[in-house]
Amino acid sequence: MRKHAERKGLRQKHQGRRVQAAAALGVLMASVLAGCGLGEGDMAARYPNGEVKVYNWGEYIDEELIEQFQEEYGIRVIYDTFTTNEEMFPKLQAEPGMYDVVCPSDYMIEKMIQYDMVQPLDKDKLPHYDNMGTAYLEKMEEFDPGNQYALPYTWGTVGILYNTSMVQEPVDSWDILWDETYENEIIMQDSVRDAFMVALKRLGYSCNTTDEGQLEEAMVTLRDQKRLVKAYAIDEVRDKMIDEAAALGVIYSGEYLYCKEENPQLAYAVPQEGSNIWFDGWVITSGAQNVENAHKWLDFLCTAEAAYKNFEYITYATPNTAAQEMIAAEYLEDPGVFADEETIGRCEVYRYLGDEMDNIYYEFWKKVK
Amino acid sequence: MNKKKLLAGPYLLWMVAFTVIPLIMIAVYGFTDRTGAFTWENVTAMIRPEHMKALWLSLKLAFLCTAVCLFLAYPLALILKAKGVKKGSFVVMVFILPMWMNFLLRTYAWLNLLDDGGILCTLLEKLGLARFSIIGTNTAIVLGMVYNFLPFMVLPLYNVISKIDENVINAARDLGANGFQVFRRIILPLSFPGIVSGITMVFVPSMTTFAISDLLGARKIMLIGNIIEQEFSTAANWNLGSGLSLVLMVFILISMAALSHYDKNGEGTSF
Repeated sequence: MRKHAERKGLRQKHQGRRVQAAAALGVLMASVLAGCGLGEGDMAARYPNGEVKVYNWGEYIDEELIEQFQEEYGIRVIYDTFTTNEEMFPKLQAEPGMYDVVCPSDYMIEKMIQYDMVQPLDKDKLPHYDNMGTAYLEKMEEFDPGNQYALPYTWGTVGILYNTSMVQEPVDSWDILWDETYENEIIMQDSVRDAFMVALKRLGYSCNTTDEGQLEEAMVTLRDQKRLVKAYAIDEVRDKMIDEAAALGVIYSGEYLYCKEENPQLAYAVPQEGSNIWFDGWVITSGAQNVENAHKWLDFLCTAEAAYKNFEYITYATPNTAAQEMIAAEYLEDPGVFADEETIGRCEVYRYLGDEMDNIYYEFWKKVK
Repeated sequence: MNKKKLLAGPYLLWMVAFTVIPLIMIAVYGFTDRTGAFTWENVTAMIRPEHMKALWLSLKLAFLCTAVCLFLAYPLALILKAKGVKKGSFVVMVFILPMWMNFLLRTYAWLNLLDDGGILCTLLEKLGLARFSIIGTNTAIVLGMVYNFLPFMVLPLYNVISKIDENVINAARDLGANGFQVFRRIILPLSFPGIVSGITMVFVPSMTTFAISDLLGARKIMLIGNIIEQEFSTAANWNLGSGLSLVLMVFILISMAALSHYDKNGEGTSF
């Protein structure tokens, strides 16, 4: 258990990955790009090895690592953040050379591969690549055959975060989110794929289904559920659960550790029917201008020390086995943080289903609301 | 003559860059599909039931909000007129004061007020009243809209009503009109341009809002603004989003044209 002061510190620095990207950017601008005032010559002297342009989720890295990389490698990091995969994609599509390395999620990586927006990794330039757990790489082959393009950064599951003082029965099925007893005590994910994943898995279907009949069925159950739902949310799930504004919430496992630190009553479960396992991974863009430096950046993030530091900061599970050895057993053995093999076996990765299918999912989602 | 044209230059540039070109872009997106081929589909999509439902709800809430604003602002404007220019403008300033703060921040403040476990709820619970939940309802959204848009109703009304010549009212009284008649026959018709302008300025933003409904509606309530916003942000379907905005724009243009018919002299314009 962390001491109180430390927990307060954790709260201050940890804002979650998809929130307050703007604020994060502001902080980063101030700290990372403090060199802006320098002239061209000074810049060259300070960063003799050029630059690398990084595009990451908001609050998804320990900012000290950026400083450290700049110092050690003499490479200037130009760092920008995004809030959703969907926001990142059109920007990069419009200007493929805008960033060298990007950190999208699984299905978006698949989409970018199909759109020829990424280039294969040169693993000879990534001496620390071996730190990546083979089990994760295997799972990632579903959307990146041969692990050609993506370097895993974080991973996790989608599950139910619940308050043990408000929910007495065991939480092991998605059915509990349709239970009348919890009327107005349920928070659902406000993202199309995650919401439909819950409904589809509950019905025993794949969360990558392209069968409109199954989707229709899932839509009807979601519409029935709406009456019980207190709110649809993404980032706010965390805060609402900590504040005990609801008993049950659908959440990414990466948020669980932070929630538990703030409110020890909270527990996390991945239902028996199965769920989604997700990966966020680094890819090098096809238009990258600093391919060499991009590899250096990736290799730096693959080092056990950097990955461990990142885990401490963002609390999302790392696929870096060398870093895992440094993590306290308390976290490593918590299935909410690092899902066990049996759980992983029940989970499915989201696939990119094509723009047409994406539209169909979204049309059904609008009917739910 | 030339000098005048030169002065209009920056404004013209601004208008082209930030109004005309974006409008053309919306039209281009709205009338094409992903492959770039011409289509009516994005525009006609408005009649799909899920969109009509959102549009109808937006109309209803915007209407309600406008009515509440008018109901609150009109008597206020009358009181302000009675107070005279000096005191009146001080009260107006107090009313405008919140507008100095960012609109999103103010809406967040409302979220904290109305949320379960928020200030209002805790207060009511402490007083022994039943636990109730207002966030995620239409009421919460209308409350947020009224709070945010009320100044837009107060200003044009105050502007017009304070300019009504006291002599006209006194003349009516001399001729034997009672208080109600003065209001009905003199003040109301003379303040009409202000009413029209106030209605436009409240109705249009409340019809198209998405931030207020997002925050206070717990994302359970989809207004047409939310539908369009999400087409861009999460559904990545810019074409459909543009098509729907075009239809919404036409809606608003028509209602504004109809209203401006009553405000020929632009007397109600406050800014």
